[in-house]
Amino acid sequence: MIDENDVRHIAELADVTVTSGELKKFTSQFNTILEYFDTLDCVEGVTNERTDRCNNFREDEVTHSLPQEELLANASEKEEGFFKAPKVM
Amino acid sequence: MSRGGKLVNMIIGLEVHCQLDTKSKLFCGCSTDYRDDGPNTHSCPICSGLPGSLPSINKKAVEYAIRVAKSLKCEICEESEFSRKNYFYPDLPKGFQITQYDHPLALKGILTIDDDEGLEKIVRITRIHLEEDPGRLVHKGGVDRPKYTLVDYNRSGIPLIEIVTEPDLRSPQEARRYLQKLRATLEYLSVFDSEKEGSLRVDANISIEGSERVEVKNITSYKGVEKALTFEYTRQKNALRRGQKIIRETRHFVEGRGVTTSSRSKEMEQDYRYFPEPDLLPLRVKEWSEKISLPELPDARRERFIEQYSCSPIHAKTLTGDLKVAEFYEKVAKINPVLCATWVADTLLGELYYRNMSVQAVPHERFIELIAILDAGKITEKSAVEVLRNLLDQIKDSGICESPNECIVRLNLGKTGGDAITKAVGEVISEQKTAIKDLKNGKKGAMNFLVGQVMKKIRGRGDPQEINLLLEQALSPGDE
Repeated sequence: MIDENDVRHIAELADVTVTSGELKKFTSQFNTILEYFDTLDCVEGVTNERTDRCNNFREDEVTHSLPQEELLANASEKEEGFFKAPKVM
Repeated sequence: MSRGGKLVNMIIGLEVHCQLDTKSKLFCGCSTDYRDDGPNTHSCPICSGLPGSLPSINKKAVEYAIRVAKSLKCEICEESEFSRKNYFYPDLPKGFQITQYDHPLALKGILTIDDDEGLEKIVRITRIHLEEDPGRLVHKGGVDRPKYTLVDYNRSGIPLIEIVTEPDLRSPQEARRYLQKLRATLEYLSVFDSEKEGSLRVDANISIEGSERVEVKNITSYKGVEKALTFEYTRQKNALRRGQKIIRETRHFVEGRGVTTSSRSKEMEQDYRYFPEPDLLPLRVKEWSEKISLPELPDARRERFIEQYSCSPIHAKTLTGDLKVAEFYEKVAKINPVLCATWVADTLLGELYYRNMSVQAVPHERFIELIAILDAGKITEKSAVEVLRNLLDQIKDSGICESPNECIVRLNLGKTGGDAITKAVGEVISEQKTAIKDLKNGKKGAMNFLVGQVMKKIRGRGDPQEINLLLEQALSPGDE
């Protein structure tokens, strides 16, 4: 189980501000999600053992990139072909 | 470090990130050849982190990494896997970097360098792992006071290897030599191009024995490493002398100012919340190592140069310390390999460095012609240097140059014949009465002065030994 301190710490790492109301709400939601995993653990025939599959490679071949406009299509802010983000330093 | 005074031990470990020179990125087919193109023109749903995109591993990048691991005598791990390193920063749009964590590709290698006394020293390699390069950030308004950040994902997903050393280095100079040797090795392996901007980045851990260690990030050049570490060593030593404690922190190297500044990084190791990357299968590539053959590496080439061309050990080391220089030397070492070694290692490299030029710009044939003319005694060494400088200046200006012969004729640098020298000797003897008196009174330096005076008259185009001889003959008592 996680508590409000965990949620506050994760919010800080993600640079997200949370109100005290949200803190309570998210803590309970996080724990609900984590409980699903307990449920999954009860399903028979499911193991967390690794498979033998490995080495799934592609060859070193160049494929098309997206045009700049398309890549930037969903950007809320852009400038001269760059994504524009808040200052981070 | 400090000699004579109180010995303060410096302990340095390096984490070197090198871009592997593949055609496409590590997890998608976007081209890695982005440097001449506009921002965000070499990116796709995978390397820009769009939801639902699925990475797949570039086989060549794994091969290259194994090549490096093998050359550094690492053990390739039976199984390795990729992990997600979670952090919130716009250089990675997914919110995590795909890297290797507790199951890296290779462990435990070595690289041999020279220590500060010139003795052979083994630097232990802790591990080598593969990871994706993050995007490039441009901080608008300056690093000190940015207003906003611009993000370019062209670099995002370029294959990187991170090579981590044990804390075996003991001075900034050793750290620089380690990097130079590593760079040469990577270039010999044809997996890395050091001339590409930003292709090598270094994080350095440095501490003074008994104190906490400090991590210095953002070092992007060979000279930068030495500068950053020298600054950081002085800063830590001064702090300790003032009775302050060194705190464990991450610092940022500001290349332009040659200083490190504290960059309080809030993330601790556990905050990265590493977990195995569910979108990628593990690697079991240990046996690839046997199939990969290594080319001749710098140490082997150095030994061969000594053997095959009779180079001095110092020249052989200089010539093989850079793949392009070694290749150039082998192409021009036709007439007199020893003379050629001196000219490439001692003269040409210095002149190129001074002009910020690469050895690749120098046409082999021109250099061979120049050495041939010099070897045949048709010009003096001094004139040959002048010709070389002229040719390099021409190449720098226009990309092409005249032939050494044309240059010699144009500048009238051909060795002055016997008559002109004899005439100059005669003139100097009649002009420099005081020096001749000094010489007869046993003042040895006077002879050098006289030779210099003759040289001046013939504009340096004579052979000093020949002039010396002529002067001696002219001044011998029998002639008086």
